[in-house]
Amino acid sequence: MTGVRVAGVGLTHFGKHPERTGRDLFAEASNRAFADAGVDRDDVEQLNYGNFMGELSEHQGHQGPLMAEAAGLDVPATRYESACASSGVAVREAVKDVRNGEVDVALVGGAERMNNLGTAGTTEALAIAADDLYEVRAGMTFPAAYALMARAYFDQYGGSKEELAEIAVKNHDNALDNEYAQFQSAISVEDALDAPMIADPLGLYDACPITDGASAVLLVSDEYADENGLDAPVSVTGTGQGGDKMALQDREYLARTPAAEDAAEEAYDDAGIGPQDVSVAEVHDCFTIAEVLALEALDFYAPGEGIGAAARGETTRDGDRPVNLSGGLKAKGHPVGATGTSQVVEMTRLLRGDHPNSDAVPGDVGVTHNAGGTVASTTVHVLEVEE
Amino acid sequence: MSENADDERVRDEGYDDLLDAIESGEGFYIECPESHGSLPPRRVCPHCGATELEEVPLPETGAIETFTTVNVASPEFADDTPYVTAVADFGAVRVTGQVRGIDPDGLEVGTEVTPDVGESETTGERVLILRAD
Repeated sequence: MTGVRVAGVGLTHFGKHPERTGRDLFAEASNRAFADAGVDRDDVEQLNYGNFMGELSEHQGHQGPLMAEAAGLDVPATRYESACASSGVAVREAVKDVRNGEVDVALVGGAERMNNLGTAGTTEALAIAADDLYEVRAGMTFPAAYALMARAYFDQYGGSKEELAEIAVKNHDNALDNEYAQFQSAISVEDALDAPMIADPLGLYDACPITDGASAVLLVSDEYADENGLDAPVSVTGTGQGGDKMALQDREYLARTPAAEDAAEEAYDDAGIGPQDVSVAEVHDCFTIAEVLALEALDFYAPGEGIGAAARGETTRDGDRPVNLSGGLKAKGHPVGATGTSQVVEMTRLLRGDHPNSDAVPGDVGVTHNAGGTVASTTVHVLEVEE
Repeated sequence: MSENADDERVRDEGYDDLLDAIESGEGFYIECPESHGSLPPRRVCPHCGATELEEVPLPETGAIETFTTVNVASPEFADDTPYVTAVADFGAVRVTGQVRGIDPDGLEVGTEVTPDVGESETTGERVLILRAD
């Protein structure tokens, strides 16, 4: 089984681009990945593409071949849909195909266009990642679903809105120098606590923004990288995926995310590492409470212990294990179908040293955690700098 | 337009059956031989895969397990805000619904609720209610 190297990465700016189509965004991101990798388009053997709400936002299904065309490729192309974990799943499937020898070079990416729907339209579109019968028809929105998880967490383990605010403050600080981030602006704990409530205890600053954007990664086999003399120091050494019941009401836990626990355990075993070996992480903080649940699912903290990590300075950029040095979904933005791959982009840059926050990375093992829905599906990937 | 243009939404077997049953005071859930509970429609127990399922009465009361006041809604509930959405524990099953009949400030984890059916103020569609009065 061959190793899998990250040959090149590319992002668009994450932000409000309501006039730009998904195909335009993905063309830009993939152009950057090709330029970064120095890989010939003729060598690409497949496209794995993540997108969630294209039917609703662009009246466009069957986006695999469309996006291959946008990227200048004539290859088999498949769209992966797993809500906000869509392109995380796309990465995982490409990793497996490269490892298995099916292909030597795969383009992986994702894009989402959201701002053209407006806030109400986006809220409605995102809601379809929940159970239509038993959640959406009861008026549940995505912020509401995470608010239900947050209150369950507070009730079970304790925790405060101030501790959630510290997570938002941290991730905004991390995004200050990230040119791709939607928000390159600092906020204070007071700003977060004073913000309008969306679904208590979650206010406006506990939520990620509505974002347009695209991401792309070129994954290649060790052999291809060596034969072509690529400068590709980062490898994907572990991949894992977990699942859970669709609706919160049918879950064993309301304040834990077993799908992510399973994905993390599988990815750690696959890479031959443990949580103690991880020096930096990009996690799916669609809401501040989601970062807490991620830290605990990744086994950096026991259940109930992760809530204070940012406030204690343990996950800040000068902490022992910085989390979301990109700014996370909270400040970098969350174009849902693009997010999973964008985490791999950011982690690759952080580890190889060309990210504005690379100087804050204390080691050479990173983890990305990408969650779909209310964590009914999750992928976790381990990235390492090869010696 | 179809001949049934007045029927804006196709009837969802199971779900609408449940709402009908709750409206007539005969709420039920689905139970498998292992006593796993779930809400209809089911052909298979989501917890163990059993296919021998039966309808059993839903307990008359449940307890709020978690809740939130929704201030920003989808267009289908735009005129309903603010409203409270909650998950209530009925023993073998949990039920998600909108809480009515109590000031949200008085609501807490553990508050007792009964299942009911109401309407969305925005669309008039039926909504599963957790009544706290």
